[in-house]
Amino acid sequence: MANHKPLDFENNVSRALKDTQLIKNIQSAMDTLVLKRKNIFADPAETEQLRALGNATKSQALGKLPALLERLEKKCTDNGIQVHWAETIPEANQLVLDIMKSHGATRLVKGKSMVSEEMELNAYLQKHGIEALETDLGEFIIQLNHETPAHIIVPAIHKNRDQISKIFHDNIPDAPYTENVDELNAIARKTLRQKFQKADVGLSGVNFAVAETGTLCLVENEGNGRMCTTVPGVHIALMGLEKVVEKLEDLPPMLRLLIGSATGQLITTYVNMITSPRKPGEKDGPREVHLIILDNGRSKIYADAQRRQTLYCIRCGTCLSHCPVYNRIGGHAYGYIYPGPIGKILNPQVEGLEAAGVLATASSLCNACEAVCPVKIPIPDLIRRIRNESYSKDPTSTVEGHGYKSNWIESLAWKIWAFVNTHPLVNAAGIKVLSALGQKLPEVGPLKHWTRYRKAPEFAPRSLHELVKQNGVDHE
Amino acid sequence: MRTYPDNPQKAYYFGTCLVDMFYPGAGMAGIKLLQQNGVKVIFPSQQTCCGQPAYNSGFPDEARTVARKQMELFYKDYPIVVPSGSCAGMMRHHYPKLLANDPRIDQVIHFSERIFELSEFLVHALNIRLEDQGLPIKVAWHSSCHALREMGVTEDSKSLIRQLKNVELVELQRESDCCGFGGTFAVKQPAISAAMVKDKADDIGQTGAERLITGDCGCLMNISGAMQYANSSIKGQHLAEFIWERVNGQS
Repeated sequence: MANHKPLDFENNVSRALKDTQLIKNIQSAMDTLVLKRKNIFADPAETEQLRALGNATKSQALGKLPALLERLEKKCTDNGIQVHWAETIPEANQLVLDIMKSHGATRLVKGKSMVSEEMELNAYLQKHGIEALETDLGEFIIQLNHETPAHIIVPAIHKNRDQISKIFHDNIPDAPYTENVDELNAIARKTLRQKFQKADVGLSGVNFAVAETGTLCLVENEGNGRMCTTVPGVHIALMGLEKVVEKLEDLPPMLRLLIGSATGQLITTYVNMITSPRKPGEKDGPREVHLIILDNGRSKIYADAQRRQTLYCIRCGTCLSHCPVYNRIGGHAYGYIYPGPIGKILNPQVEGLEAAGVLATASSLCNACEAVCPVKIPIPDLIRRIRNESYSKDPTSTVEGHGYKSNWIESLAWKIWAFVNTHPLVNAAGIKVLSALGQKLPEVGPLKHWTRYRKAPEFAPRSLHELVKQNGVDHE
Repeated sequence: MRTYPDNPQKAYYFGTCLVDMFYPGAGMAGIKLLQQNGVKVIFPSQQTCCGQPAYNSGFPDEARTVARKQMELFYKDYPIVVPSGSCAGMMRHHYPKLLANDPRIDQVIHFSERIFELSEFLVHALNIRLEDQGLPIKVAWHSSCHALREMGVTEDSKSLIRQLKNVELVELQRESDCCGFGGTFAVKQPAISAAMVKDKADDIGQTGAERLITGDCGCLMNISGAMQYANSSIKGQHLAEFIWERVNGQS
């Protein structure tokens, strides 16, 4: 994202926690997603095997990423797809604009693309007089309401039916007020159908790009993705450079993992495999297909072996759905397009720690995300890494903003902690003092935060060390 | 499936820092349960903390210093029993990562392989049989995230409770949800942590249980603290102490 303003996370959190309707919407939707995922991955041993395969596929693909990207470019080019590289967001936006301009195009229809959200493409195009319309139903709803997605997979999940009824009625000309889901769908369908017919260019994301065949794979349930990639004369596909896999045979297990984790389905209604523009003699399909491959900080992450695992992410969103923190604050509180556990490790690395490092504190390290991640990203370990980098003065660190939180009070406190815990006599003496003080500790610092919501724990009059001695337990 | 020592004669006991300071009775109960079942318990007197607080807070160097000290103290080839899923998880699964560059990594791995959470040790190594002497009681069980997802011992803990014939175990609706403790998370993100522990306390409240049993003192401190704050009549207790009282009467 172009926005480097430090995030006011504390304020965002307190606002979200007070929004009971928001939290209710989020939690009931997440419960449904969690249950659907559980049912589709019913056999734990089989699921574990599949996740291990997903991890190996991503690990191997990223292991030879430069070669695979070159191969993808060559294959696509041979197939007639024009490949463009963008190191930064402004470059990527410019590329889209240039393609539009070269066709004198003013109307763009979009399938769901998180990379386009990352680029804030809609706002950029609007500034240049181009209408960019979201056609995924969830994205369409939040675009009407001038919002960003609240979830990677289900962007309007924070809204309930009543709220959507109002958004439609207030923002779509001539739309009657209705709370009937079929009628709401019909309104969206009618509005979008006209736009598909008139659009100059269609835009989509990419779920997997296959290097050996130059195939762009795209899954969706509404058919809008297929409309965007086949009806307009020009199709632009956007992908992050980590989305490449080596072989076509990598796709079936990866699709099973992605779809099962994202929506709890065995397969989506539409699976699009795009390998070329319309060929001579073919009756439909775009005459031009462009693939824009975006870096935006990914190669910086790539260079570090541990942090590289962040790039395994296939954007299924299941870590959000399972996260106890996401479930209580929703997506917008995170302040970036990628919320939840993956956002806690991705945003700080892309945006720098000063801007987004605070997100890494918003985890109880409960491991719920790691336990369900389809490609087994060790999210808790990466959160620890970000926390460590936040204090680290190591000049060899490659994380932008490392050491931004470094301060003598915390450093000293942990040094004292380590000293006490390696000097048993000091430790024992310390515990004696604390148990003598008992409940009379002054409520300052961390204890103050604790007792705002809980009773303070009481120091026992005698420590376990003392009880053990008293009971004659052997210490060899 | 991990393998367990067969009929162990001796075991080390790592009490953990929270037990030492706040719940020594629970720590002692764990020792007595092991002794009652024929194990000679060795408690290295210089032991302190597993190092997890620093490890999770972004201070791995300090965590390493403390971890190395514990490894020095538990050097003999006995199983090491820990009355906490979280501290056991730290020593079993995280020490090899924390000390990955250690020249003696073999010893680190060997140390980690000797770590057992108390419940799994009682169930699998000792095949313990519990005779309940207590009055009928209804209890709820809370599993710590690390007992559940790192150590995988939740079923062992619950199987111990189920052996007690006068104890009715009621399940939480959202058993696998984190209680919001998370070490320094509780004070770095106090509002989110508070929302999580409130939900946990409400879930426990709706079961009608008289007592909450858990195998981890971090969660215990968090949940009991929140329940006390809300003037709930439900008391929290560590599993070891609960079992000891049930089979021996209250001491």
